Amino acid sequence: MAKQFIKGNEAVVKGAILAGCRAFYGYPITPASEIAEAAAYYFPLVGRTFLQAESEIGAINMVYGAASAGIRAMTASSSPGISLKQEGISYAAGAELSCVIVDITRGGPGLGNIAPEQSDYNQMVKGGGHGNYKLIVLAPNCAQEMCDLTMLAFELADRYRTPVVVMADGFIGQMMEPVEFPSPVPEGDLPPKPWATAGTAETHKNLITSIDLEPDDLERHINNLYAKYAEIESAEVRYEEFMVDDAELICVGYGVVARVLQSAVEQVRAEGKKVGLFRPVTLWPFPEKRLARLADDGRKLFVVEMSKGMMVHLEAV
Amino acid sequence: MAETIFRKAKSFYDIYERKGGANKEVTHYCPGCGHGILHKLIAEAMDDFGLKEHTVFISPVGCSVFAYYYFDCGNIQAPHGRAPAVATGMKRANPKSVVISYQGDGDLAGIGGNEILQAANRGERISVFFVNNAIYGMTGGQMAPTTLLGMRTTTSPHGRKAGNEGYPLGMCELLSTLKAPAYVERVALTDAKHIMQARKAVRKALKAQVDGKGFTFVEALAACPTNWKVPTREANRWIVEMLEPVFPVKLFKDEIESRESEALEDRTYGPADVVAALDLPTEEPDIAFVRSPQAIKDPQIKVAGFGGQGVLLLGLALAQAGMRAGYHATWLPSYGPEMRGGTANCHVRISEHRIGTPLVHDSDVLIAFNGPSIDKFAPMVKPGGLILYDSSLVDRTIERSDVKAYGLPFTEVADKELGNGKASNFVAMGAFIVASRGVFDEGVVKSILPLVIKRKNMIELNERAVAAGMRIARDALAS
Repeated sequence: MAKQFIKGNEAVVKGAILAGCRAFYGYPITPASEIAEAAAYYFPLVGRTFLQAESEIGAINMVYGAASAGIRAMTASSSPGISLKQEGISYAAGAELSCVIVDITRGGPGLGNIAPEQSDYNQMVKGGGHGNYKLIVLAPNCAQEMCDLTMLAFELADRYRTPVVVMADGFIGQMMEPVEFPSPVPEGDLPPKPWATAGTAETHKNLITSIDLEPDDLERHINNLYAKYAEIESAEVRYEEFMVDDAELICVGYGVVARVLQSAVEQVRAEGKKVGLFRPVTLWPFPEKRLARLADDGRKLFVVEMSKGMMVHLEAV
Repeated sequence: MAETIFRKAKSFYDIYERKGGANKEVTHYCPGCGHGILHKLIAEAMDDFGLKEHTVFISPVGCSVFAYYYFDCGNIQAPHGRAPAVATGMKRANPKSVVISYQGDGDLAGIGGNEILQAANRGERISVFFVNNAIYGMTGGQMAPTTLLGMRTTTSPHGRKAGNEGYPLGMCELLSTLKAPAYVERVALTDAKHIMQARKAVRKALKAQVDGKGFTFVEALAACPTNWKVPTREANRWIVEMLEPVFPVKLFKDEIESRESEALEDRTYGPADVVAALDLPTEEPDIAFVRSPQAIKDPQIKVAGFGGQGVLLLGLALAQAGMRAGYHATWLPSYGPEMRGGTANCHVRISEHRIGTPLVHDSDVLIAFNGPSIDKFAPMVKPGGLILYDSSLVDRTIERSDVKAYGLPFTEVADKELGNGKASNFVAMGAFIVASRGVFDEGVVKSILPLVIKRKNMIELNERAVAAGMRIARDALAS
C-alpha cells in the first residue's frame, strides 16, 4: 500500500478496521474525538457497527457485550473518560475478554485541560480499576504506530484473552504523518473464540463472568491470570533503542516525549556527547530487564515524562 | 385423555453445577421470592419457542446475579446497572441471537437508570425483564428507587420521605413515554391468574424479539418476604395492597403488531471493499522530482496567521508535498489555549531523516499572514532563516538582519489577479517553492492539491495561485 498523510487518531480507526474490528462504541471527548468521528464515518461503510454511547460507561459496557459475543470490538477516549470506564475495564480483565481501549491522554486531575499529558500512566499501566489485574499497554510515538499498534492490540487481546490499551498523548493523536497501511487481515485468519457467548448452539453452555463467590476459586482465578501475565511478560516486551551502544547517558521516554528526546539526543550528539534514547513501546509489560541491564553497565538513565513521574517500576531495581 | 406432565423447563440445567454448596438441585433464592417464578416463565417460553441455543441471558448485580446457575443458554454477568449496554453490544454483534437483560430495581432504576433509558430510547432489539420488589435484596434490604413512601428499609430506617429521597420511580410509566419501545407492560407475580398474565407478557416480549420487532420491557412486581420482613404467606397480599396502588398492573404500550420486522443486512465486505472504503492509496504516484542541492535542508517551518486564512491548510499542503517529494514529514496544528483568540498556527517539519519532535520552536522558515504572527514568531527564526510574510496585511518591518525576509502581497495577488482572496495561502506556497530553493517543485504541489482541497472546482484556482506566488517571489529575489 502507498503512503497516506493522516492524523494519528484517524490512523487508529483505519488500523482497527484493517484488523477486523467489527464494533466501535465511543463517546466524544477532546483530544480523542477524531477517533469516534472517523469510526462513525468508516465503520458503516464496511457493514460494521458504530454507536455513540450514552456515556463512557455505556461505551465500555457495550464493548463488554460485543467482546462477549467474540467479535473484535473497541472504544476510545481521553483521560477523564477513561476514569469513568475503569469499572468496565476491571470487569473485562476479570472476565478475560479480548477488547481494545484507546486512550489519547490529556491534562488532569479533574477536568484538567486538553493539552497533552502523560499522567494516565498509573491508571492504565498499574490498574485504575479494582482488583488484581494488568492490562497490556502499548505506547505509539507516531501515526504509523497508531495504526500498527492498534492492529497489534487486537492480536494480543485475542491471543491472551485480555483487554489491551493503546495509550498515546494528544500530540500523537493530533499530528499528521505519512502512514503506510497494511492489507486487511483476512477474516479467516482471526482466531476462533470457542469461549464466547455467540448465541449459537456450540457456544450456548458458555459463561462470561468475573464473579467467583468462593474465595479459593477467586484466588485460583487470579493465580491463573497472573500465570498468563507472566507469559505475556516473557513474550511481549517491546522497546526501541536509539544510539545507546556507546551512550554514557540514556534518555528514557515514551510517546511524543521520545520524539522530543530523539531530537535532543541528535542535538547533543552533534556536540560530541555520548547520549542515547531508550523508548518503551510496551509500558506493560515494561522492558525492565533490558533497562536494568543498561543501567548495570554503569550508564546513567535520564527519565522524562509529561507527568510528575509515574514510570516507576520497582521490579526493575 | 390428555396428560399434563409437570416438569422443569429444558432451558434450565437439571443439576445446577455452577452453584456452590451441597444442594445443587434447588436455587439460591429465599422462600417466597419472585425470581423463581419469573425464571420459570422465561425458561418455559425459551423451551416453547426453541430459543435456548440462541439465547444470551445477561445477569445483573443483585439477587439474580447467579441466574447463570440455572439457565442452560449463553450467559453473561454484567457490571451493576449496565446490562442494557452489555445487551446492546451483544445483540448488535449477533442480531440473530435472543438477548435477555434481567435486572432488579436497584440495578435498573437506580445505578443503571441511564443505561435502561438510552437502550429503550434507541429501541435496542432486546427483551428486558425487570423485577420490582421495592428493595435491595442481595445487599440486605436497603432502599431502592422503587421503595414506597414511609417504607422502612436498612437505609431508610425512619421510613422513606418524599422530601429526602423523592417518590417511588415508575419505570413503565417513564419508558412508555418514549417513541422507540415496542412493548411495555407491568405484571404481578402473585396469584395464578396474575402469573398467567405474566406468562403471556414474557412470551410476547420474547416472540417480538425473535420477530425483530424492537425493544420489549416487562416489569414484574415480585415478593421479597425476607427483606420486607413479611411472612411468606402474606407477601402476595402485600404486593396487592401496598405495591399495586403505586405501581398499577397494566399494559402501558403495545405496538408489536404494527411494527415492521427488522431486515438484517446480509452483504459481506471483502478486502478490496475495505481498501476502497478506507480510501487507501494502493500505488505511489509517479512523481519526477529531483532534489536540488541548493534547497534549504530539513526545514522546520512555522505557518501563522488569523483563523480563516487557510494557515493550517497551507501547513498541511507543505507537509504533504514534502511526503510526496520523498521526505519524512510531520504536521502539528497549534493545539490548546493557543487556538483561542482567532489566531492559528501550525508546525511543519520536512526532513531527509526520521523526524524527532514534531514541535517547531526555533524555525528555519516562518510564513506569516498577520502582524501578531510576525511579532510572536519572527524573533524565533534561526539566524540564516527565511521569513515570508503577507505585505498586504502586515505593516511591520522586520528588524533582523541575520535572516532573509520577504514581504510579498499574497492577499492582494489572490484578490486582484485571481479574484479570490482566500487563495493567498497557495500564493505563499508558490513563494515558498522559490524562496526555499526547491525543497519541492510546482509539479509536486500540483499532485497533492486534490488531496488537500476538498472542493474540486477550487483546484485550478489554487494551481494558478501557486504559479503567481512563484512569479512574485522570483521577482522579489531577483531585485
